[in-house]
This record gives sequence, C-alpha cells and structure tokens, in this order.
Amino acid sequence: MNSTLNLLIGLAMGLNLLALGSSRLPSVIRAMAVQGVVLGMLPVVITREFHWPVALVALVTMGVKGFGIPALLRRAMRAANIEREIEPFIGFVPSLLLGAIGTIAAVAVAQRLPLLPEHAGTLLVPGALATIFTGFVLLVGRVKAISQVCGYLIMENGIYLFGMLLLHSTPLLVESGILLDLTVGVFVIGIIVDRIQRAFDSLDTRKLTVLRE
Amino acid sequence: MNAHLLILLPFAGAIAAAVWPGDRTRPWLLPAVGLVHLVLSCWLLVDPPPVEPGAWFAYDDLARAVLPAVSLLFLACATYGISYLRIRAERPNRVFVAALLGVLGLLSAGHQSRHLGVLWITTEGVTLAAVPLLHFNNTPRAFEATWKYLLIGGSGIAFSLLGSFCLGYASIHGGGSGDLTFHALAAQGAGLSRPWVLIAWVLLLVGYGTKMGLAPMHTWKPDAYGEAPGIIGAMLAGGVTTVAFTAVLRVRAVVDAAGAGDVASRTLLGLGLFSMLVAALLLLATRDFKRMLAYSSVEHMGILVIGASFGAAGTGAALFHVWSNSLTKGALFLSAGNIRRAAGARTMDEVRGMTSITPQSAAIFVTGMFAVTACPPFGPFFSELRVLRAGLEAGHGAAVGLLLGGLLLVFFGLTRLVFAIVDGRPRVVSTASVKRYPETASVILPPLVLLALSLWLGLATPPVLQQAWSAAVQSLFPGS
Repeated sequence: MNSTLNLLIGLAMGLNLLALGSSRLPSVIRAMAVQGVVLGMLPVVITREFHWPVALVALVTMGVKGFGIPALLRRAMRAANIEREIEPFIGFVPSLLLGAIGTIAAVAVAQRLPLLPEHAGTLLVPGALATIFTGFVLLVGRVKAISQVCGYLIMENGIYLFGMLLLHSTPLLVESGILLDLTVGVFVIGIIVDRIQRAFDSLDTRKLTVLRE
Repeated sequence: MNAHLLILLPFAGAIAAAVWPGDRTRPWLLPAVGLVHLVLSCWLLVDPPPVEPGAWFAYDDLARAVLPAVSLLFLACATYGISYLRIRAERPNRVFVAALLGVLGLLSAGHQSRHLGVLWITTEGVTLAAVPLLHFNNTPRAFEATWKYLLIGGSGIAFSLLGSFCLGYASIHGGGSGDLTFHALAAQGAGLSRPWVLIAWVLLLVGYGTKMGLAPMHTWKPDAYGEAPGIIGAMLAGGVTTVAFTAVLRVRAVVDAAGAGDVASRTLLGLGLFSMLVAALLLLATRDFKRMLAYSSVEHMGILVIGASFGAAGTGAALFHVWSNSLTKGALFLSAGNIRRAAGARTMDEVRGMTSITPQSAAIFVTGMFAVTACPPFGPFFSELRVLRAGLEAGHGAAVGLLLGGLLLVFFGLTRLVFAIVDGRPRVVSTASVKRYPETASVILPPLVLLALSLWLGLATPPVLQQAWSAAVQSLFPGS
C-alpha cells in the first residue's frame, strides 16, 4: 500500500514544480487539476478495503478539484483574454529554486516531527508541507488573479493531503462540510474574479492599489 | 431545542428572503428575524439549557456569555437596515438580505460549536457569506476590497484548517480515539502530543487571528470596513470578530489542558500588544474616518487577546469587553454611515463642519468616540479597567504600562480625526446633499440605542451577565 501511496504523493510533488516553473496559465491550471485528481484517489488507497462513503467522497473530490474548478478558471481566463503570467513578483527560475529548497526542507522537517509508526514511512507529511509551501509561493509571487487562485488551490491540496492523516478519525460529515466550504469558496472567488475583470478591465492585481494608507 | 432554533431560524429567514418577491418589503425580514433571535438568546441567557458534553452544537457557557451581544447588535443593524436599503433602492437587495441573515445563522452556529471541525466549517462559512455584503456598493473600490478580503481571509481559512488537523493529530498521536469535540480534547489533557499541540496552536492563532484582524494579519480590515456599508462594518467588527475570538478561547482551553497554557498566554500577550501598537500608529496617520474605525477595531481585538492572556480574571474581563466593544462599535459605524452619506466623502480633507450638517449623528459619533477610547462612564472604560487590574494582579506590570501607552496614542489619533470632521465650516457640497439624506428617527435611533446600552453596561452591569461571564471563565479554566 505504501509504495502506491508514495508514488501518488511523489507525482503530486512533481506537479508542484511544474506549476512553479510554468509561465503559461493553462499549464498551471492543468498541473493543479491533475494534482487534485491524484490526491482525490488517496482515501481509497489508504483505506485499502472498499467502503462506498469513502469512494463517494473521493469521487466528488476528484470531480470538483480535477474538473469543476479548472473549468471555471479556464472560462475566466478566456473572458479576460490572458494566456501568460508576465513579470511576476518572483520570477520563474527563482520560484523553481524556492520550490526545490522547500521540498528538501519539508522532507527534513517531517523527519523531526513525531509521527505514528504507520505514517512514518510515507511521504504524507513531507508531501503536504511541500505542496502548502508551493501554493504559498504562487499566492504571493504572482500578479494575475488566476495564478493566485491556482496558488490558493494548490495550498488547499497540501492541506487536504495533511488531512489524510486523520482519515480514520474525522467523521464523514465533517469531511463533506469542509469540501462544501472549499467549493463554495472557490465559486465565490470565481465570481469576484469575473467582477474585477469587468470593473478594471484587467486581471492584473497590481492595479488594485487604490486602497492603501 | 431552542438553542438549535437560534441557528435554524436565521437560515429559514435567509431562504424566505431569497424567494420573497418584493424589494421594498423584503428588508422587514431582517428586524423580524433579529427580534425573535434576540428574545430567544436572552431567554436562554436567563434560563440556560442543560448541555450534553459530547454535543456538537450547544448553548454552552461560552455561547451564553457572548451570543446575546451579537443578537443585540444584529437587531440594531437590522432596524437601521430597513431605511438604509430604502435609501439605496437603486440596488437590488435580494442577495444582501439573504446573505446577512445567513451570516446571523452561521454566527449563532459558530458561537455554539463544540467540535473542532464544525467550528472551522461555521466560521469559514461566515467569511464566505459576508462576501456579497462587502461589494454591495458595486464600485471598483468595493471589488478591490473584496478581493483582498478573500485572498487574505482565504489564507486564514487555510491556516486554521491545517491547525485543526494538527490538533486532531495531536489527539490521535497521544492515543486518543479521534473524537474531536473540545470536551474530549480537553479531557485527554496531558495525553495530547505536545509538539503537535504547539504547532496547532500557532497555526490556529494565525488562522483565527486573521479573522479577528490581529496585526500583522489585519491588512484586509481597513479596506473591507472602508468600502462596505455601515451596517456590514458594524456586524463584521462586532459579530464576526467575536466568533473568531471565542474560537481562540476554546482552542486555548485545550492547549491549557495539554499543559502548554504558559506558551499560549505569552503568544497572546505578544500578539495583542503588537496589534495595539500597530493600530495606534496607523490611527495617528489615517485621514479616512471609516478606515479609522477599522484600526480602532484592530486595537480592541488586541485588548481582547491581551485580556485573554491574563488568565482567568483577564478572560472574564475580555468577555465583558466583547460586549462593550460590540455595542459601542455598532453605534460608531452606524453614525459614521450617516455622516458619510450626508458629506459624500470620507476623508478629513474633504469633510468638515458635520455638527451643523448632521448634528445628531455628529453628536452620537463624538460621544461614541469618547466611549470607545475608554472614557467613563461607558462600558469600555469598565471592561478595560478590569483587563488592566487582571494584568496587574497577574504581575504583568510592563505589559499594562504598554497597554496604557497604546490607549493614550489611540485617544490622540481618534480625537484628531473626529474633531477635524465635526468642527469647522461645512463645505458647500455637503449642505446640498444633506437634503437628500435627512436625519430621520430610523437612522438615528439604532445607533443611539446601542450607545445607551453601552452606557447601561458600564453603569449597571446586569448581574445575570456577570454570572454568565464567570460561568464561561469557570468552564474555560476548570482548575481555577
């Protein structure tokens, strides 16, 4: 079980670097979507036996993160007529370097954390930390609203990965509530992105500077 | 059952608002729901229901000590909302009314949450439900403010979720069964894994601190409060922030039970003093009187967590301060809304002489300013006095000194800006627009009542409230 799990998480960590290094928005969105699908499979892999509620949550997660949200973002991207991230605050090569350093640091930190024996041999914690860090770099390092949303979602993917540690103890109701909140959140973000596009005729967040001291 | 009604009733109201046909009659749903909500929460305040320890939602001691204040504030804002929405008849209000009632329902649920996951779901639900309220004005500035609110608030959401997971893992790692109610977590006590508890505490404090608006996570606040309608500013400053504060208190009780209470107190004290200082300095610089209210809110959130860091007595004082802050801030936001509409501007460069244009609102605004800067005999004076006394008793003389210094700076900052607005000769533009926005009883009474309540809270704190606060402290600090 652990080898499949580690393979999937390793894939998700690779996708982090892809998202950090790419200047084209469609590739960032695709990296995020594939990552969402990969992580969506985890609950089924971890529980080993087939439980239909777990499978259902996994299916909904994959649907929302892999298809629903990316479709929403692609629509916003076409409406705003932008394809590329130009002049980000943190360049693409520095972002990649940061991501690589972050991944190494995540592995190092995770080794020092006290973990239960069944989690110690997996990439769950380092993968989660590295993904959260990647999302954070994208969130603060990019200027286009769509890239920032992608960063936010990658951060959420990392937290979701961390949540796998608690899979056996959190009731399904709580799990689905969390999923619902995230979905609504992204939906709301999508609407606001659309309004910003109409009000400012651009999705460049550097133009959002009227309000300051 | 009544406790659940507090949550279900506003949601029913929100659904009714969503399908209600008329824009003119829909706003009446706000005070109707608000009134029933207030009656219910006061009834439960006087006659507290039995609480099952393992329940996910319950009107427990902490909810009882805080939720009625939110109810009171909501009713005042809702009454003001009728005339506000009539003035703003050009904007459709279906989403606004429904979302505002949704916020009330989620606030009631958040205050009554006794489960780590459920608490996260409700507080973040509040964040999302407030979004359509923030950009009600539909201006580019409002969208900019909403975007910043979403981005910073969203990161706060993420941090508090990660923190909740860490606290859950602390329980599992310590051999717990995975029951994530606060009751079960506190019962596990020293059995919780200490490193994970500390990580969880930092993350949850950052996450819920963002929602409270503690510095340095406060940056969304001036934008959001500045661009949102006055009633929304009042509800955010007096309602949404308090649910985040009770979340911090509930988590703190678990951290305390795990034996890391000293660390928690130190971080709270540091964060509170820093917020106080940042707010005081920004208040000396700002020229916009709606943003001023946001910085004042940052300051009061600082006072709340400083109080919570002074142990049991300080936490009791902080619960008192939740009430005095909510009521006084409500009066300030509503009267500032009146002044802002009549003046057509909101910086001290463009607005002056409001005593002759909107005499009643200006009088409430000035009195409210004195109340909020802790001048006797209003509520904030007595609650802050209790915070200071608790600090001295706990041996935090230096912190109390810094707090007093901060209060003095805040007083300078607020008086400077407020008197620049109310004094002097009015500008011609303002005199013309005042005819469009007369000071009717419907926009004067709600802030006046809130101010009177703040006075009453200071002069004659009802014994039932005193008892509710000490019961809440008893439940948070079972050892003391």
